[in-house]
Amino acid sequence: MTDHALASAKPAPKSLDHTRSRSVPIAVYLALAWLIGMVVIALLADVLSPYRFTAPDLRNRLSPPGNPLHWLGTDELGRDVMSRLFVSIRISLLIAFGAALISAFLGTVLGFVAAYFRGVAEQLVLMLADFQASMPFLILALSVLAFFGNSLPLLIGLMGLFGWERYARIARGLAISASAQGYASAIHQLGARPVRVYLRHILPNIASTLIVMMTLVFPEVILLESSLSFLGLGVQPPMTSLGNMVGFGREYITRAPWIMLAPAVTIILTTLAVSVLGDWLRDRLDPTLR
Amino acid sequence: MGRFIILRVGRALITIALVVTFAFIVLRLSGDPAQIILGPEAPPEVLAAFRRAWGLDDPIWLQYLHYFGAIAQGELGRSMRDGRSAIEIVAERIPITLALTVPALVLKLGIGIPAGVYAALHRGSLTDRIVMIVSVAGFTIPSFVLGLTLVLVFAVQLGWLPSGGQDSWRHAILPILTLGIGGAAILARFTRSAMLEVLGQPFIRAASAKGVPWQDVITRHALPNAAIPTVTIIGFMVGTLIAGAVVVESVFSWPGVGRLLVVAVANRDLAVVQCILLLVAATMVISNLIVDFLYGFLDPRLRSAKGQKAAGGQP
Repeated sequence: MTDHALASAKPAPKSLDHTRSRSVPIAVYLALAWLIGMVVIALLADVLSPYRFTAPDLRNRLSPPGNPLHWLGTDELGRDVMSRLFVSIRISLLIAFGAALISAFLGTVLGFVAAYFRGVAEQLVLMLADFQASMPFLILALSVLAFFGNSLPLLIGLMGLFGWERYARIARGLAISASAQGYASAIHQLGARPVRVYLRHILPNIASTLIVMMTLVFPEVILLESSLSFLGLGVQPPMTSLGNMVGFGREYITRAPWIMLAPAVTIILTTLAVSVLGDWLRDRLDPTLR
Repeated sequence: MGRFIILRVGRALITIALVVTFAFIVLRLSGDPAQIILGPEAPPEVLAAFRRAWGLDDPIWLQYLHYFGAIAQGELGRSMRDGRSAIEIVAERIPITLALTVPALVLKLGIGIPAGVYAALHRGSLTDRIVMIVSVAGFTIPSFVLGLTLVLVFAVQLGWLPSGGQDSWRHAILPILTLGIGGAAILARFTRSAMLEVLGQPFIRAASAKGVPWQDVITRHALPNAAIPTVTIIGFMVGTLIAGAVVVESVFSWPGVGRLLVVAVANRDLAVVQCILLLVAATMVISNLIVDFLYGFLDPRLRSAKGQKAAGGQP
């Protein structure tokens, strides 16, 4: 409110973006900085890690943080917690990014299919969406893992089924209202094929909403992956992920809580950062969402 | 109203059918069902008899119908581990889980709804901010981290409560708190935004403009309308009573349905997993059905088919 009042009181602002960028809260900068840091760590995990994440240091087992050799301490085999943390960040982010992209793609395609064909196809998509939304995803995921065993590609694919129904519902609703608008029918009249209308014209118009949706789903994907890995049913050793580290660290919670705390704090701060950024983006780009 | 009920019950049945179909597809994709249901040690003649009895040489659509029929009769197979019926194994764990989830639900409702309503009514106050910060924390802290933190503080540092097991009521306190705090935070945030949305509606202004005391505006006009979206999320929470504690039960070694599921998945005890999956689907569907009827009861606008279309058409 005050921002608007200030903006209108001042002599014509140069551009809308200019006035907007001034009111970015500090929390958003912090969130962005944290996420960039996470991505950098994920990309450069090999270079940044002081040790190999599986390398034991038997003379320094369960060493507390602050050890000049191991800044974040070591675990029960003397493996460097910081190195393990870096590799875990890489794996967890890889799964979360992969899954978020798959579910955004799947949901948008199904939403467009529903919007284009209407009728039976639409009812089918909506029914599947209702079904997906009404089942706790963790249970579905656990059943699939029980039947098929576990591997990283399967895990990413499985996580990619999480949240598609939200993209589908939104993409469908927006595409239906967009195709009723002048620009879509104009392009259609010009002779563009439906695929072109949807991908080149409608998609860019609704992309901001879908991106906001992605930031809302992303933290949940991270939590889901870490929960599965915590239960010992997600990422399997010797590979490590954030949830996995917490799960194994829990056995040393009395003697060496840092093994568990380092990844736990990372999970919390990362989901928090994405949420802060997502809320801010939502307010900027699309206040109608929730 | 009759049409409304028929539509909703029909949708519930379709959802159940979808879950059964899901189980069927997954089961068929993962290998020979005779082997899976009877276990790896089953002798070949038993397997052959089973295949004949279950019609596994039949075309796939016929098998699908048979599978449906078997499940309708409660034929859910036997556990690979001790050969007992899967239903029996799951059933004896249900009360153990409910001992955690029911008190946790009471805690969620008892804290979450009043906190959300209060925060909405005092928007921008210190209490509102505290409620919002705590509810963001509730969203971003995974339940296993919350649980382990509680263990670290109350079991390891202070030594007040046991860290795991199921020997006395004191063992239930930390898991109930873990479930309750997280859920209360989510419910508070949801209630707050539902309440804020209602408070911004013209009819609230109209009611207070015509001289209705503020107290009555809240209780007669705002709360019933805010209850409608809130009921949805409560319905989801009721639906997860049986399987909503998978992670928390694992943190506290509580031998309920969730723990059973994790162990069954790890051992690939498919009959038990399938039984839990169907049980969870049934509870979710039934609680959704109750929510739908509550909707119709709370909001007469939704009873008509037109209102339903409008609700379904929203992005």
